[in-house]
Amino acid sequence: MSGVFSPTRAKIKERTLRTDKWWIEPLITFAVLISFVIYASFRAFENANYYIEPLISPFYSPCLSSACVEGSSLLGTPIGTIAIFGLVISPALFILIFPLGFRMTCYYYRKAYYRSFWMSPPACAVAEPHEKYTGETRFPLIFQNAHRWFFYAGLVFNVLLTVDAILAFKNAEGQWGHMSVGTLVLLANSILLWGYSASCHTCRHTLGGRLKHFSKHPIRYKLWTQASALNHYHQQFAWVSLFGVAFADIYVRAVASGAITNVYFF
Amino acid sequence: MTLERHKYDVLVIGAGGAGLRAAVEAREAGLSVAIICKSLFGKAHTVMAEGGAAASMGNVNDNDNWMVHFRDTMRGGKFLNHYRMAELHAKEAPDRIWELETWGALFDRTKEGKISQRNFGGHEYPRLAHVGDRTGLELIRTMQQKIVQLQQADGREFGDMESKIKVFAECTITEILKENGKISGAYGYWRETGSEILFEAPAIVIATGGVGKTFKITSNSWEGTGDGHALALKAGANLVDMEFLQFHPTGMVWPPSVRGILVTESVRGEGGILTNNQGERFMFKYIPDVFKKQYADNEAEADRWYEDQDNNRRPPELLPRDEVARAINTEVKAGRGTEHGGVFLDVSKRIPAEVIKKRLPSMWHQFYELAGVDITKEAMEVGPTCHYVMGGVEVDPDSAAAIGVPGLFAAGEVAGGMHGSNRLGGNSLTDLLVFGRRAGAGAAAYVKSSGANPVSDAAIKSAADRLEAPFSRTGGENSYSLHAELQEVTHNLVGIIRTRSEIEEAIAKIADIRARSKNVAVAGGRKFNPGFHLAFDLDNMLLVAESTAKSALLREESRGGHTREDFPGMNSTWRQVNHISSFDGNQVNVKAQPLPIIPKELFDLFDVHELEKYMTPAEIAKGGSN
Amino acid sequence: MARKLNLRIWRGDSTDGGLKDVQVDVNEGEVVLDVIHRVQATQMGDLAVRWNCKAGKCGSCSMEINGKPRLACMTQVASFDENETITVTPLRAFPIIKDLVTDVSFNYKKAMEIPAYEHPKDLAPGAARMEQIDVERSQEFRKCIECFLCQDVCHVVRDHEENKKSFAGPRFFIRIAELDMHPLDTLKNRKRKAQEEHGLGMCNITKCCTEVCPEHIRITDNAIIPMKERVVDIKYDPARMFSAILKREKRD
Repeated sequence: MSGVFSPTRAKIKERTLRTDKWWIEPLITFAVLISFVIYASFRAFENANYYIEPLISPFYSPCLSSACVEGSSLLGTPIGTIAIFGLVISPALFILIFPLGFRMTCYYYRKAYYRSFWMSPPACAVAEPHEKYTGETRFPLIFQNAHRWFFYAGLVFNVLLTVDAILAFKNAEGQWGHMSVGTLVLLANSILLWGYSASCHTCRHTLGGRLKHFSKHPIRYKLWTQASALNHYHQQFAWVSLFGVAFADIYVRAVASGAITNVYFF
Repeated sequence: MTLERHKYDVLVIGAGGAGLRAAVEAREAGLSVAIICKSLFGKAHTVMAEGGAAASMGNVNDNDNWMVHFRDTMRGGKFLNHYRMAELHAKEAPDRIWELETWGALFDRTKEGKISQRNFGGHEYPRLAHVGDRTGLELIRTMQQKIVQLQQADGREFGDMESKIKVFAECTITEILKENGKISGAYGYWRETGSEILFEAPAIVIATGGVGKTFKITSNSWEGTGDGHALALKAGANLVDMEFLQFHPTGMVWPPSVRGILVTESVRGEGGILTNNQGERFMFKYIPDVFKKQYADNEAEADRWYEDQDNNRRPPELLPRDEVARAINTEVKAGRGTEHGGVFLDVSKRIPAEVIKKRLPSMWHQFYELAGVDITKEAMEVGPTCHYVMGGVEVDPDSAAAIGVPGLFAAGEVAGGMHGSNRLGGNSLTDLLVFGRRAGAGAAAYVKSSGANPVSDAAIKSAADRLEAPFSRTGGENSYSLHAELQEVTHNLVGIIRTRSEIEEAIAKIADIRARSKNVAVAGGRKFNPGFHLAFDLDNMLLVAESTAKSALLREESRGGHTREDFPGMNSTWRQVNHISSFDGNQVNVKAQPLPIIPKELFDLFDVHELEKYMTPAEIAKGGSN
Repeated sequence: MARKLNLRIWRGDSTDGGLKDVQVDVNEGEVVLDVIHRVQATQMGDLAVRWNCKAGKCGSCSMEINGKPRLACMTQVASFDENETITVTPLRAFPIIKDLVTDVSFNYKKAMEIPAYEHPKDLAPGAARMEQIDVERSQEFRKCIECFLCQDVCHVVRDHEENKKSFAGPRFFIRIAELDMHPLDTLKNRKRKAQEEHGLGMCNITKCCTEVCPEHIRITDNAIIPMKERVVDIKYDPARMFSAILKREKRD
């Protein structure tokens, strides 16, 4: 027996004496994350209904494969078409690794899924079910240290998705100076993603956290202070921006499939 | 079972600020040191000090220097201080603070990047180095970490980090041992197991802090049971001026979960005002003549002071603590107090909530979390609480050696003399550092010149027998109820306001409790048994209480932390006298002893007219010693 | 005013023990420690409990109240339902000594393993100049009162005794962060040591340390994650890896 049941510890048979509903939070987290994963997988493999002039789903931007729908490839199609056993690989799969990696290695999401999926621990002062624990010291979890790489990649995506949102100021005929509900949806999505990146711990560190003397770098100190303020809400940004991405995709899909009409304000 | 034995050059009893500073000094002088603490390492009462550490660094106002600090200290102590201690303290305090910085302490800073200093009652200039309101914690942690640094160096040199300096946590000393009239060691027990332990050491530094637990309402923790005072008395040392106890004017009186807890003077320094149940800001009525020049006599001027300190006099809320305590007591006795026997202290109306949280973070946090009181929204109910004992072991100022016992040293609150009849806020933290260091150095010098002094078997046996005694009795007195009885007696009869008849009653009652305490029985085993621990602490508190009561009876005047209803004024003849307590094995005896005469160069630091308020014409005419 | 409170207190030692039910008076405004003291004075004279300042400043009265690591002096009885039984146990990550008292020496051993502050050799006492904004980060960590609740709740050692040798714990990660961010500290290599010797990589940032901290130190966000990022700086940073490659090529 190890942990709280080790022979040297006070002999208490319960794995926790907490009387509150500690299991609700990990349960909700689990349910929401798993729903997102299922939906995202379905959409990534669907390979349809992701583009309708001028809106593109964030799951498919940038669309780099020549299998992409005409007009959706902002950066061209350098990847060409790759097929396995005759099945064309969905263009989403080439790019999803980056935003997914960013979120998988995010300091907030790590807490969320270590608790809700791994139960390591399920909640504070509730004994975890595992016999061994080595944390993030070895393969594969040592790759959590790659968060910074994904952070930089995430910034590139933020730029692209912002461009997508700007392009959404066109109408379906490609003329500038129009705005629709879709414009707002893409715009909101990109703003939330910027919020998520700007509140990220790595961002805070890179802007100024790594400095020893703030007083010698007044501008970076100022940036660090602002990033720190946002960082308080990183958890909230993580959730809201996740919903934002899902919602943007749902909206584009609904429009592209013809289920709804993208209403134009002007 | 064989007795656990340890041999060290220096034994430091107490791991608060003074003890740790002494330990560092003794180790740096090349000696081996044991540090005994009654609780866990780093929990000592020093962590409670909030305001700051007074040192005339002159970082905020460059008019400040040791002479001004010395004057403030003497004034605060009503000239009953040992001049030499006050002088050493004022001179060395800045170095002790700067030294902490070289050990990693992080004080709050001024704009130029120096250590920031704040105003405090009785100090002429902003003088208190601070870290928010957790300065004591910073001191303790810094020295704790300094000790780890020394241990790491020993680890590199000797292969064992604890080879030269070791902390014995949760260990209580019950007896100081002597052979041939000199210190030879100490005997005690582990609180965890109750098993006994012997230290052989030719020098002992007592740094056990205060005696607050003798009283009913106190800011002190359970540790403040006067162990060092009693150990020193029993070892043949003297206590000086035990009648002087500081009742902090503003302790919480309500709600009960925070009763006794201090509301730091900074609350008043930042703009907190005191009012009675009629809403009157009463402190203006209580400005003594000697302070009329420095303190505002109207609200308008007092309010201006917070903005412009050069052209206005200070608000009377910032008078020395004894004046504030007495004022509150008078208001409460006159029926103008709150329903729980205090007065109101309010910062909420004057300062915005965010500023209070920024400037007094742990004050806010503490009352909010401990009792659900939000000081940014409501007034606090405060009243006098026993906070600090000015009296203590009589020592030689330069070496901190206890008078009369070779090898015994004392520093910090347990030592007497430095603060006279009343301590200025902020002086205790630097007192710890200055005299802690001197005690460590004194002990080191003593050990180097005198060498070891082995403990005899007879001494060990008698100490061991005393420890075993309460377990062998059955059906005796309960230590908890005796303690409660003692606290009741001291608080009511030798508390903040005293009279002859009550003190005499107290002396009789204390003697009675002491007689009954010889019959205390302990239930349960030796393992971490608080009832057993209290039985021995009680014995110490009884000696301290007796000493306080007997000294208080003799002093027929009111001065600083000693207020006699039957002798309300300060009397210059009494200023020439210290009260020295000694123990003859049965009872405490108190005698008067002339106060050392202040030398001319220190005498000349004062305006003669000011000295006339404290000294007799003959003393003034003499103009100090030569 | 006074009402009866149902309390369950763990009593025992390393050989055996269990929860004992007691009924005790409780007054308005009291905290759990007040009630425990009343039990001690009236019903269980030898009940072992550690405490000191009773003001949330010393961090002695750490225990687990209804399963949560807390300071007994900072836990108001009024925060529980009137009819609720309050369960009080010793800290469950450390060896038991007796009743509510555990052996916390693990923490003091770890404290001795963290390399101490190193002052600049040529900087005389009193000569240091530091700006407030440069000391504030470390000051937050120096608020720590060493109650060791973070050490107790951390599943790395709470649930895995064998990790104690290689894991310093949250309290000492903030100590390392404090020194690494100290404007004057000159010791090199704190980051690498944090990762390789003190077990920073064991932490999976599940934030329980932050949740239980009575001083509200943002242990995870302000100390552990910044230290992890500092380790990334020296070991895994893409920009630095790239520039290191370039530099090596230049040297060749």
